[in-house]
Amino acid sequence: MIYPDGTEALHDVNFAINSGASCSIIGPSGCGKTTLLFILAGILKPSEGRVQLDAQPREVALILQDYGLFPWKTIYENVDLGLRLRGISRSERRGIVLSLLDKLGLRNFAYHYPKQLSGGMQQRVAFARALALKPRILLMDEPLSSLDALTRETLQNFLLRLWKDNGMTMILVTHSIEEAVFLGKEIIVLSPRPGHVVKIIENLNAGDENYRTREDFFTKCREVRQNIEQGAI
Amino acid sequence: MPRGQAEHRARGYIIAALLLTGLWYLASSMLDSPELPSPLTVLYAFIAGIRADLGFHILISAFRVLYGIALAGSFAVPLGLLCYNNRIDKLIAPVIYLLYPIPHIVLLPLIILLFGIGNLSKIVLIAIIVFFQILVTTRDAARNLSTNYIYSLLSLGATPKDVYRHVILPACLPKILTAMRISVGTSIAVLFFVESFATQEGLGYMIMYAWSKMDYPALYAAIVAMALLGLCLYLILECVEKRLCAWVYLQ
Ligand SMILES: Nc1ncnc2c1ncn2[C@@H]1O[C@H](COP(=O)(O)OP(=O)(O)OP(=O)(O)O)[C@@H](O)[C@H]1O
Ligand SMILES: [Mg+2]
Repeated sequence: MIYPDGTEALHDVNFAINSGASCSIIGPSGCGKTTLLFILAGILKPSEGRVQLDAQPREVALILQDYGLFPWKTIYENVDLGLRLRGISRSERRGIVLSLLDKLGLRNFAYHYPKQLSGGMQQRVAFARALALKPRILLMDEPLSSLDALTRETLQNFLLRLWKDNGMTMILVTHSIEEAVFLGKEIIVLSPRPGHVVKIIENLNAGDENYRTREDFFTKCREVRQNIEQGAI
Repeated sequence: MPRGQAEHRARGYIIAALLLTGLWYLASSMLDSPELPSPLTVLYAFIAGIRADLGFHILISAFRVLYGIALAGSFAVPLGLLCYNNRIDKLIAPVIYLLYPIPHIVLLPLIILLFGIGNLSKIVLIAIIVFFQILVTTRDAARNLSTNYIYSLLSLGATPKDVYRHVILPACLPKILTAMRISVGTSIAVLFFVESFATQEGLGYMIMYAWSKMDYPALYAAIVAMALLGLCLYLILECVEKRLCAWVYLQ
C-alpha cells in the first residue's frame, strides 16, 4: 500500500484468517497497522493487491484507535447511528441500542456526550456501536491502549467472552505483546514500515481467562517478542 | 447553562452598563455641550421615541440585518462545507481568497443598479459582506476536519450524503454559528451605511435625520437603539449556539 504522497505503508502483506478465528496483529508504531485495518474494512483502497472476505461489507465493523465516537452525538445517538444508516426502523433500533447499553453498563449515560465519560466508558460505547451492527467480522485498532491496566484487563476479558459467545471473526491490532497473546489464537507480527508479515505465530492456548497467569503464556510472549525484534533488524 | 452562572453573567452585564453610563455621564458633564447630552436626557428621548415611531424603525433595521445574515448563511454554509471535497475546494478557494479582501461596500453602485434602491439592495449588501465572513470560516472548519471522524462514519456504512449530514455539518456548526454571531457587528455597521441614504426607515435613517436637525438627544437615542439591537441579535445567536452545540460547552 502506497499513499498518494508516496509513503509506502505496507509492502507485500499476505495472510489468511479462518472464519470465526481470533487474530492479533502486532508491530512497531507507524508500521501500517491502521492502514491495514482500513484496507480490510474497505475504507481505503489498496494501491496493489486485494482483500477477500467471506462476508458482506455491511457485516464488517471497525473500532478506531481513538474510539471514533462523535462528540456532537449523545451516547445513545452514537450507538444508534450505524443502525440508522442502515435504514432500520426507529422502534427496532431503540430495542437493540437500549439492550446493548444495558449489557455494557451504560444505560444511565445514554443521554450524556462522549466528553462526559471516562476513557473506559467511551471504549465500551465504541464496542456497543460496533456490536449493534451484529458484525461477522470485528476489526479493532488498539482499542484498549489508552486505558489503565485494570480497566484494560476487564475489557480484555469482556472481549474474550464476546468472541467465545458470538462466534465472530475478531481481528485486533495492538501494541501490547501481552494483549496480543491473551486474545489472539493467531498472532501476526509485522515489521517496521513498510510493514510486511514477519511471522504468523500459532497460539492455540489462548481463549481462557486464566491464561494470563500461566507459564505457557509467558513463553508465548517471549516468542512474540523475539519475532518483533527479528523483524526490526 | 447552570442558573448561578447565568446570574453571574447578568450581573456582569449590569455592572458594565452602569460603568459605561457613568463614564458617559462624566464626559457629558465635562464637555457640557449639546453634542453630548447626558444619559438621562437621552433616556427621556429614547422613551419619547418609543412612544412615537422608534419601535418601528428598530423592527425595520432588525429585519434587514437578520434577512441579510440569513441570506448570506444560506449560501455561505453549503458552499463552505462543500470545500471539504478537495476538488471543489481547488475550484472555490482561489475565488474566495481573491474576492475576500475587497471592501465589498464599494459594490454599492452595482448593487443599486441590479436591485434598485429599495430594501433588497440594502439586504443584499449586508448579505454579501457577511457572506464572505461566514464562507471563509466555514471553509476553514471543513478543511481542518479530522479524517478520523470520516473514517469512523464510513466504517458504519455511510454514503457521502451521510458524511455531510452526520459529520461535516455538525462538526463545523460551532464555528459557523460563531462566525454568524461575529458578523452581527459587521452587519450593523453596514446597516448604518445603507440606511443613511435613499430611505426614510430604519435606525440609520433616524440617526442621519436627527443629526441634520441637530436633535442630539434623538440622535443618541437612535444610537442606543442600534447598540441594543446588536446586543440582542448577538445574545440570540449565542443562545442558539449553546442549544445546538451543547456538546462544545460541556465541562
Ligand atoms: N493519509 C496518509 N497519507 C500519507 N501517509 C500516511 C497516511 N496515513 C498514514 N500514513 C503513513 O503510513 C505509515 C503507517 O501509518 P499507520 O497509521 O497505518 O501506522 P500504525 O502502525 O497504525 O501506527 P500506530 O501504531 O502509531 O498507530 C506511517 O508512516 C504514516 O505516517
Ligand atoms: Mg495505528
